Amino acid sequence: MKKWKPKGFRELGPLLAFVILAVFTAILNPRFLTLFNLQSLGRQIAIFGLLAIGETFVIISGGGAIDLSPGSMVALTGVMVAWLLKQGVDVWLSVLLILAFSLGVGAWHGFFVTKLKVPAFIITLGTMTIARGFAAVITKGWPIIGLPNTFLRIGQADFLKIPIPVWILLVTTLISDFFLRKTVYGKHLRASGGNEIAARFSGVNVDRVRIIAFMVSGLLAGLVGIIVAARLSQGQPGVGGMYELYAIASTVIGGTSLGGGEGSIIGAIIGAGIISLLWNALVLLNVSTYWHNVVIGVVIVVAVTLDILRKRLASK
Amino acid sequence: MLLEAKKITKRFPGVLAVDNVDFEVYENEIVSLVGENGAGKSTLIKVLTGTLKPDSGEIYVNGEKVSYHSPLDAFKRGISVIHQELNLCENLTVSENIFLAHELVRGKKKALYSLVDEKTMRRKAQELLDMIGARFSPNTYVSDLTTAQRQMVEICKALVKEPKVIFMDEPTSSLTVEETRRLFEIIKRLKERGISIVFVSHKLEEVKEISDRVVVMRDGKRVGELRKEEIDVDTIIRLMVGRDVEYFPHGIETTPGEVVLEVKNLSWKNRVKNVSFQLRKGEVLGFAGLVGAGRTETMLLVFGVNQKDSGEIYVRGKKVEINTPMDAIRLGIGLIPEDRKLQGLVLKMTVKDNVVLPSLKRLSKKGFILNEGEEEKVSEEYVRKLSIKTPSVYQIVENLSGGNQQKVVLAKWLALNADILIFDEPTRGIDVATKAEIHRMIRELAAQGKSIIMISSELPEILNLSDRIVVMWEGEITAVLDNRERKVTQEEIMYYASGQRKQNRGDIR
Ligand SMILES: Nc1ncnc2c1ncn2[C@@H]1O[C@H](COP(=O)(O)OP(=O)(O)OP(=O)(O)O)[C@@H](O)[C@H]1O
Ligand SMILES: [Mg+2]
Repeated sequence: MKKWKPKGFRELGPLLAFVILAVFTAILNPRFLTLFNLQSLGRQIAIFGLLAIGETFVIISGGGAIDLSPGSMVALTGVMVAWLLKQGVDVWLSVLLILAFSLGVGAWHGFFVTKLKVPAFIITLGTMTIARGFAAVITKGWPIIGLPNTFLRIGQADFLKIPIPVWILLVTTLISDFFLRKTVYGKHLRASGGNEIAARFSGVNVDRVRIIAFMVSGLLAGLVGIIVAARLSQGQPGVGGMYELYAIASTVIGGTSLGGGEGSIIGAIIGAGIISLLWNALVLLNVSTYWHNVVIGVVIVVAVTLDILRKRLASK
Repeated sequence: MLLEAKKITKRFPGVLAVDNVDFEVYENEIVSLVGENGAGKSTLIKVLTGTLKPDSGEIYVNGEKVSYHSPLDAFKRGISVIHQELNLCENLTVSENIFLAHELVRGKKKALYSLVDEKTMRRKAQELLDMIGARFSPNTYVSDLTTAQRQMVEICKALVKEPKVIFMDEPTSSLTVEETRRLFEIIKRLKERGISIVFVSHKLEEVKEISDRVVVMRDGKRVGELRKEEIDVDTIIRLMVGRDVEYFPHGIETTPGEVVLEVKNLSWKNRVKNVSFQLRKGEVLGFAGLVGAGRTETMLLVFGVNQKDSGEIYVRGKKVEINTPMDAIRLGIGLIPEDRKLQGLVLKMTVKDNVVLPSLKRLSKKGFILNEGEEEKVSEEYVRKLSIKTPSVYQIVENLSGGNQQKVVLAKWLALNADILIFDEPTRGIDVATKAEIHRMIRELAAQGKSIIMISSELPEILNLSDRIVVMWEGEITAVLDNRERKVTQEEIMYYASGQRKQNRGDIR
């Protein structure tokens, strides 16, 4: 039999958009290429990118699954880790505790979605408000400051001139891309999203697959919460607003279909890159902050529409 | 001539689906289109009815050259189609489905804000249903109908605009003998009203019975035509396949051994009542009965898709609890489900990914990391064994022809190498040559010591392949028949399938 294999780099479109946007910004404002700016851009990409990876897992798992909680979870976990540190708990122990907590929240979402059949939209919407509320309750509205230096390094230090959050993103990307493409779990995830019933008939434990997807998303939201707190040197109940929506948009820009069953980690990272780059460019180009949301919204719609049209043409 | 197509060609990536085909439909005829799975029948129909655009070729309706932009264009010119996969909205009623996109409205002009004239629609729907002899109300929800009834709705839908030609792509593949007979009456009635029918089926006896003319396709080409007096099953097969086909395998002897699966007093809702049977190593156990007799439901309990209300299951003498398909697979049970699209396939995934899905753990390194090379090898092996027509194992399953999709479902479970295999209507929609191949495989698997349960509504299949036959009726087992000598008759099975109970049902070897 011929080895006929569909080929082509699916993430080409978004990647091209990212490069063009970067070149354009660099030409209009050479300050774009300064180390300081690139580092801060990198940190931003790390934050959106990590959340987008979690969202990719959840969305691929199908059944209309989506996670609306990451933004608020970033605020809550940031506040919690700051509070723990203020109580004098060891830095690494605090980090571990927070990660375990956010993993638990993910499992909680997964449990409701799979066992109780509560729509993902609803249960994570619940967490979105509850987490934001708790963050305010814990801090009574005031930021928690005065965190130890070892902790702040997580968000602010570099290694080989590359910020620590970017390293974290790199490692996470490699691991999750490997899981998605090269492991049994990844294939089970895509099968569950593609046709839940056929997957069950094939012996796939669809519920477990989905719960794990929500746990990944929860875990990464906690990780980002820690990074953001360290970066801002404080536990801030107001951070992370709309982050979940940027994460979802990154995922979709990167080629993941909201219907489930297919998606790509690399695409999600590129999507996060595009959104972060836009923020950065708008600041560098002195566009009034009032316009930022307008521009980003338009870009998301245009980018996703173009990509869908491109795919449709390619399959003709 | 009502419809004439000249030199139609349609190509897909890696596949020449229809190759320079001429096709014509005359007034007042029933013409059958036959060919192996993937020969291009459905594709040709889609081109002629406006669903697909041909790469080249011309279509004439009533002598006038046309180029369709949508199925609606064809429909307006009197060309209707009932596709291989039924397309109804289950959440709507029969009359709503029949008039979908052709709603009758009050007032002269129809617009999106027009008031729908439910009453007239219901009355007209009733007229159409009466005309074809359907006995359900236009107010029924489609989700409550059987496959045969849904097909009748499709037919009414096709009749809404007084068509001249109706294309029917494998309308009988999931109908019982009785339902098929009723459909043929409808088809004949339509012909009397001056409507020509294009009929596709892999059941060649049916083709012979109903057709005025037969057009045969092979590998995308038109390879022959038979007039009414020339139609003969063997001739059709020779044109289709290019050689003779032996219908049922002979001389593959099995030696049933110890009991590997025993089911005791299984019950579920009102659909499975006190079902008990034994399956031996190395035998083919046929399950016969009318559609709805509870055969599929019983097997879904054995496979853990549904949870039994009561009863016990023993595998190799040990009592087991099977709560999910995973449990069943771990015990070495595989189930080839009835509904390939819903239960069998992840349509957006490749042939390879579908074939290896149940066996992933075994094929991967440390049961965890995928082994693409191994997956490719296994899936290619089964693509070859079952002669699945696909450019490669990396084709998306959705792009295969209906029959080839069915073969992928089979491949998936054969690749798992389970000891106990449950086949639910294994040859539905599969062409004669491959069907014979699957029959041989089933016998061979049993001869190799696998244990096989086969549900089938085709009596010849049951009679020729089974060592023993279980007959079910309304959720109960009415008879267990010894068929080692192949002596059970159709009449005998029909007798028990209609509710007569065999006395002395003891365990017969
Ligand atoms: N959308 C598509 N993309 C790619 N290939 C396709 C597509 N649709 C059909 N094909 C290919 O075209 C060929 C003809 O398919 P078609 O569905 O017409 O066969 P068929 O004669 O109806 O077979 P069956 O009896 O199995 O229904 C097959 O090899 C099939 O894989
Ligand atoms: Mg077909």
